Amino acid sequence: MKIHIKNGRLIDPASATDAQQDVYIAAGKIVAIGRAPEGFSANRIIDATGLSICPGLVDLSARLREPGFEYKATLESEMAAAVAGGVTSLACPPDTDPPLDEPGLVEMLKHRAKSINQARVYPLGALTIGLAGKQLTEMAELAEAGCIAFTQAGTPIADTQVLLRALQYAATFDFAVWLQPKDAFLSRGGVAHDGEVATRLGLPAIPVISETLALAVMLQLAQATGARLHIARLSSAAGLEMIAQARASGLKVTCDISVNHLHLSELDIADFNPHGHLDPPLRAQTDREALRRGLAAGVINALCSDHTPVDDDAKQLPFGESEPGATGLELLLPLTLKWAQEMQLPLARALARVTVDAATILGVDAGRITVGGVADLCLFDPAQQVRLSRTTLRSQGRNTPFLGLELPGKVRYTLVDGHVVFEAA
Amino acid sequence: MRNLQLNQHGELRHLLTIEGLPRDILTAILDMATPFTEVAEREVKKLPLLRGKSVFNLFFEPSTRTRTTFEIAAKRLSADVINLNIGASSQAKGETLLDTVDNLAAMHADMFVVRHAQSGAAHFIARHLAATNRPDLHVINAGDGRHAHPTQGLLDMYTIRHYKKDFTNLRVAIIGDILHSRVARSQIHALTTLGVPEVRVIGPKTLLPAQVGKLGVRVFHDMRAGLKDVDVVMMLRLQNERMQGALLPSAQEFFKCYGLTPSVLECAKADAIVLHPGPMNRGVEIDSAVADGAHAVILPQVTFGIAVRMAVMSIVAGN
Repeated sequence: MKIHIKNGRLIDPASATDAQQDVYIAAGKIVAIGRAPEGFSANRIIDATGLSICPGLVDLSARLREPGFEYKATLESEMAAAVAGGVTSLACPPDTDPPLDEPGLVEMLKHRAKSINQARVYPLGALTIGLAGKQLTEMAELAEAGCIAFTQAGTPIADTQVLLRALQYAATFDFAVWLQPKDAFLSRGGVAHDGEVATRLGLPAIPVISETLALAVMLQLAQATGARLHIARLSSAAGLEMIAQARASGLKVTCDISVNHLHLSELDIADFNPHGHLDPPLRAQTDREALRRGLAAGVINALCSDHTPVDDDAKQLPFGESEPGATGLELLLPLTLKWAQEMQLPLARALARVTVDAATILGVDAGRITVGGVADLCLFDPAQQVRLSRTTLRSQGRNTPFLGLELPGKVRYTLVDGHVVFEAA
Repeated sequence: MRNLQLNQHGELRHLLTIEGLPRDILTAILDMATPFTEVAEREVKKLPLLRGKSVFNLFFEPSTRTRTTFEIAAKRLSADVINLNIGASSQAKGETLLDTVDNLAAMHADMFVVRHAQSGAAHFIARHLAATNRPDLHVINAGDGRHAHPTQGLLDMYTIRHYKKDFTNLRVAIIGDILHSRVARSQIHALTTLGVPEVRVIGPKTLLPAQVGKLGVRVFHDMRAGLKDVDVVMMLRLQNERMQGALLPSAQEFFKCYGLTPSVLECAKADAIVLHPGPMNRGVEIDSAVADGAHAVILPQVTFGIAVRMAVMSIVAGN
């Protein structure tokens, strides 16, 4: 299959390209940019007039819900959501049922994902068996099965000795460890940020020190063990400051935030809207402002969807009983564009956080457009506004605090491995 | 939130929280309650205002006192009252809250009086009724988690107005477990809305919410300092389970530091009144000598509570 994409605006953050250039694809690779290779005859020509062409998005956290939670979502529904959102590579956390703590489960997931043949799926292995925080998983075996990093997802390890051992063991093989900074005790029972809104609403609260205390422990342990640490889902200005300080003193640590925390704050739960029930909780407006600036400056390396499809029965409950999480695969691009517009950032710089920078954390060759590289691309119309509704979402999860909003950017084509895997009607 | 409990004319359709309600609505409820206090003294204790209406008491959390006062209030207004202690039935069988609500709505309920352990549960039900277009079904929040207990707040305001006449020259102290108290939150919003210039909260740091100052109150940790020259002392009930965690060392120590004794009450004004939402833990938050003493207006609170609930029910049912 040979494809010629013509008249589009090519944006490649890795090479700081932002110009009108044609792209030529053959056998799954990009064979030329700008001018056609000698003798190139396309099977298909895509007219990208008015469209932007960027690397397919790389999402650092997308729950596919298999195995175990098929009533919330299936691989089929969520992979369709991924490519409809322009996402061509995604990391899926191990908090399934059973958790991804043994190689057979990982192989099965990889096999299923491959047979659906849409986005590339990179499983994150469980750091401890059953995510219980007690016994280490067979990390070497899991890595062989396809795990690209190890994590506890949203379940903290309370026992610091186990955490130390886990980081030591991972460091032995240079495996990356992704940790969400959350103190097991200070977050216990909490459902909202310990601020003005939770005080008014009488919601059990999670203080910022739940994040900063856990983060302090993680940074110290990373320093001591030399483990490759990635901090997942930062939520506070104080946490961000600690990351900056740790880097200044020489620690190699990366971090990400979710699209929800980039745009929302505790005020978005003031009407008890369960769609605003997230983990970590939406924090104060000052926190959100710090995260927005931190992501622009690159202190925060990547932006992810933290895609968590939740069934209506688990969401349509009083706030504290509702299951946390929001669907996000189809919102990653629009919310990145919205942030770029509001912060007046160059598009290439904004898109770096969801393409090449995310791919670097993932440690995979993706997120860039180069001659000879894989043809994973997203073609979108940046001028088109789309109103988000339950019917427009392809994800089985219709749970998002952004429902009803008009967001910029409409994905028109998604290519994986040189094949058009999504095409808007 | 305000739109949810008001209809398009700005009238009270549901009573979910006192926060955000205008002063004239609160005053109208208190004014309407006044003649209702006399109904109880008549030979026939009934008015026909809710005749033919069905009031469902939906109690997802056990309660005897609040449920009984709502039941009496509804019956004095001639409504049919159905009591459902759901904590022990449907929810235990796995029926969702919305299924329960839809089923009861299908039985042509006119009013739900809701008590639930989760903050926001009454809002949740009211929002569902709005989404399913049932504007004639009214919700009264009888206590949701730590969030609100608006009829308790209103009956406390009625009691204060009865004894003190005017709100705008008062100093009021609320004492005890503010963190877990829906009563305290409703009291604070009612007092500030009605123009009380100084509202204080007194308690140990473990029992105060992080941003309690943002509610417009002064924070004290010392009883004597906090009670100095106050006109109204509002005690809160301390739940027994608070002793089990690390919030407090013991009931004895709490009483020593934050119990209302005749001695510390002397710091307040000579004509101070003492309120308590009940049921009281004598010897934990309040000394019997105070509970039964000349300053206490705790039993009148209970009597006024029925009149205030009658007023709330008749107002929301009319809108």
